[in-house]
Amino acid sequence: MRQTVNRIRRLWKFRGGVHPPQQKNISTSAPISPAQLPERLVLPLHQHIGEPAEPIVNIGDKVLKGQMIARPQGYVSAPIHAPTSGTVIDIGNYPVPHPSSLSATCMVIHSDGDDRWIEHHAVEDYFRLPPSELRNLIREAGIVGLGGAGFPSYIKFNPGQQKAIQTLILNGVECEPYITCDDLLMRERPQDILSGLLIIQHALQAHECLVAIEDNKPEAFVALRQATEDYDNIEVVQVPTLYPQGSEKQLVKVLTGKEVPADGLALNIGVVCANVGTAAAVHNAIHRGEPLISRNVTITGSAIGSPRNLNVLLGTPMRELIEQCDGNLDRIERLIMGGPMMGFALHRPDLPVIKTTNCILAATAEDLPPQRPELPCIRCGACADTCPVNLLPQQLYWYSKHQNLDKVQEFNLFDCIECGCCSYVCPSNIPLVQYFRFAKGDIWTQEREKEKSDIARRRHEFHQFRVARDKEERQAKRNRKKAALKADTAAAERDKKKAEIQAAIERTQTRRQDAMKDAEMRRSSYQGRTRDHSTAGNAGQQPENSSDTEQK
Amino acid sequence: MTSPTPTSPHTLAAASITRVMLRVIIALIPGLAAYIWFFGWGITINIAFAVLVALGAEAIMLQLRKRPLLPFLTDGSAIVTAVLLAFAIPPLAPWWITFIGIIFAIVVAKQLYGGLGYNPFNPAMVGYVVLLISFPREMTSWVPTLSFSPYELSFVENAIFIFTGHLPAGLAIDALTEATPLDTLKTNLGLGNTVSEIKSQLGLDEATSRLLSVIPIFGAIGGKGWEWINGGFLLGGLWLIYKKVIGWQIPAALLGSLVSISVLFYIIDPDLYASPVFHLFSGATMLAAFFIATDPVTAATSNRGRLIYGVGIGILMYIIRTWGGYPDSVAFAVLLMNMTVPIIDHYFKSRVFGRHGD
Repeated sequence: MRQTVNRIRRLWKFRGGVHPPQQKNISTSAPISPAQLPERLVLPLHQHIGEPAEPIVNIGDKVLKGQMIARPQGYVSAPIHAPTSGTVIDIGNYPVPHPSSLSATCMVIHSDGDDRWIEHHAVEDYFRLPPSELRNLIREAGIVGLGGAGFPSYIKFNPGQQKAIQTLILNGVECEPYITCDDLLMRERPQDILSGLLIIQHALQAHECLVAIEDNKPEAFVALRQATEDYDNIEVVQVPTLYPQGSEKQLVKVLTGKEVPADGLALNIGVVCANVGTAAAVHNAIHRGEPLISRNVTITGSAIGSPRNLNVLLGTPMRELIEQCDGNLDRIERLIMGGPMMGFALHRPDLPVIKTTNCILAATAEDLPPQRPELPCIRCGACADTCPVNLLPQQLYWYSKHQNLDKVQEFNLFDCIECGCCSYVCPSNIPLVQYFRFAKGDIWTQEREKEKSDIARRRHEFHQFRVARDKEERQAKRNRKKAALKADTAAAERDKKKAEIQAAIERTQTRRQDAMKDAEMRRSSYQGRTRDHSTAGNAGQQPENSSDTEQK
Repeated sequence: MTSPTPTSPHTLAAASITRVMLRVIIALIPGLAAYIWFFGWGITINIAFAVLVALGAEAIMLQLRKRPLLPFLTDGSAIVTAVLLAFAIPPLAPWWITFIGIIFAIVVAKQLYGGLGYNPFNPAMVGYVVLLISFPREMTSWVPTLSFSPYELSFVENAIFIFTGHLPAGLAIDALTEATPLDTLKTNLGLGNTVSEIKSQLGLDEATSRLLSVIPIFGAIGGKGWEWINGGFLLGGLWLIYKKVIGWQIPAALLGSLVSISVLFYIIDPDLYASPVFHLFSGATMLAAFFIATDPVTAATSNRGRLIYGVGIGILMYIIRTWGGYPDSVAFAVLLMNMTVPIIDHYFKSRVFGRHGD
């Protein structure tokens, strides 16, 4: 606490934001406790952003806790590990927690109850390892961003060739109402978080580290301050509570004053953000050799008798967790994964916990807003005032509603982070975010269709091109043939002509020679009378000589 | 757990249009109190009547347009329109003036354009302009402040006059009404008097003016009584800003530009042009700045746009007051700027996070 007074860091502000009721102390009174070992675990192959993992064990195989059971496919992907020991009893389609309420491929493990670990080791002297190897270990451990998005962490921890990482931000903001899993983790395991932070810092070779915590979590702040006391380049920063400060771009702005370019990443301005839970997972992976097989989940909401945070094996059915926290399934009006601002409603309670499940909000009517009719927009601008991205939601709404997809893009629809501030404050109860999601979906569909039609068009154009080319080629061939034929006849004619000419020449020559002979004869007979000169010799030379003679 | 899956956010602030409108009405109370103090209870009769007519007209139109009645009747927007228009109608105006104004505002300016949220022009101001152009005599006959009225009408007498046109025996309407301060100033300037002359004649203290039997219509800083009413609106308006019902941009821009331009001309010739303070505290200045120009439906939407919009109204108000054909100018200025809103909205968008200069 001494440091709190000494160090005052300049903070910036992002525009907008709202202060929804916190509802956090509902679930902070009890410490994090381990959830019971479930009998059956359902592990979706797609628990992260990117390509789904690919199973590497078969139905019927026995697996040990921590054993990799599905490997990443491609660069943006993450492996899945068995959260406990048991038997793989199925690989197939099961309902998964996803806004679409659809099913997806999952691996189902029947627990043998032993919870027996696979052989695993801590990494010794990680700081001697090159960063790339460290990143590989993080990838192998299946670590993804635990703040909610689930982006594979090893990619984030790769600064690339030329980019210098100035600031590593550890995100302990947790700005969503109700959720407290990061708060309790920070209170209870500050050393793990610090240790993970140091590893990430090494992987990134970052200059300075900031740990950001909202001022509604004073215990967590003190715990991390104390844990990081001895590190000069690590600073724990208390930021004023404001939703959606936990959003990466907004947090970067608050801490550094820099704006991440709308079409870029924090990395572009030399900043990397990671969630505190991710840091703890990195610590587990490196110092204990344990992959990501469990996470902390806040079980809260008015339908829960004893709301608290549980450390849950991935794949555990949510229904069991609700029951363990004395929840009443019948009272649940809406079951939400995540917080009330950005979480999504689940269509059934028996869905598995996945890597991005930070909170299960079992909401009754008390937690939810009363149903009010949607009224026309009165252009009051409350939405624009609260938009943390400075968009004009009412214009976006207008164009989304009228499906003017060009205009919505002109008003930067795709910069919308769907934080829900605009809907939250709208006095006309317009579900703005819903309109925006819809418009985005429409645009994607349109793009896909455009792509399809582009492909079709290209195919058609190629077809036309090919037809034209073939035609041209055939024409060319024909022309060549014709030309060749013409050339042949021409040559023949030329030969004939030549021969004729030759013949003519010869004829002329013969005629001439004859004529000359005659003349010669006549002359010699004349000359014979004047001088004694014989003209015997080459007939060809005769005329020349004669002309020579004449010239002389 | 039956489950249609509604999307986020799953929590909403307690905001509602009704709440916004209710706050606007609450914020009008100080101005109303001053109004009653200086001009009597006539205004309350006008307000009550206007509200009834507005709700009735709204209900009929919603019925005809096959829209749900309850959410739109309870949103409070018709009530605000009615109250604002009632403020702009002279307290002794006959009932049909109010009736026609409200019907035009609600039926034509609001519902025929699509109802709440869709009207490009401020309905109260449309109603007011229709009345001002159609019935200039009724619309410019104001009562003097009570202390100088030759006869103080009781509430009942006032109501009887509004609805039947009968005054208590021996009273003529001309004895009860006079022009507003802005009107008087304009007329007298037109006669070649200077501002200070007009003020010295008509801005006397009570005793002197009684002696000279001249009704003082200029107060310490603005029009007599009007300065207090404007002060009341200012107070209510500041509360609205504090409560974030309205932004500060439009009032600040409007008042700022009105002051700037009146300072400029006041410096050029204080005899020909009224002082900035007089402009601020006379007529409907404060009502316009905080309650009329800030009507979100018809105003610009981005913050920069709102500044432009407010400046435009302030300047137009001054121009029309000073050189135009009407003594006050709020309605014309607001309606003219309403027309420019689509263009302002098009050119003045806020800069999006992480984007530059587009």
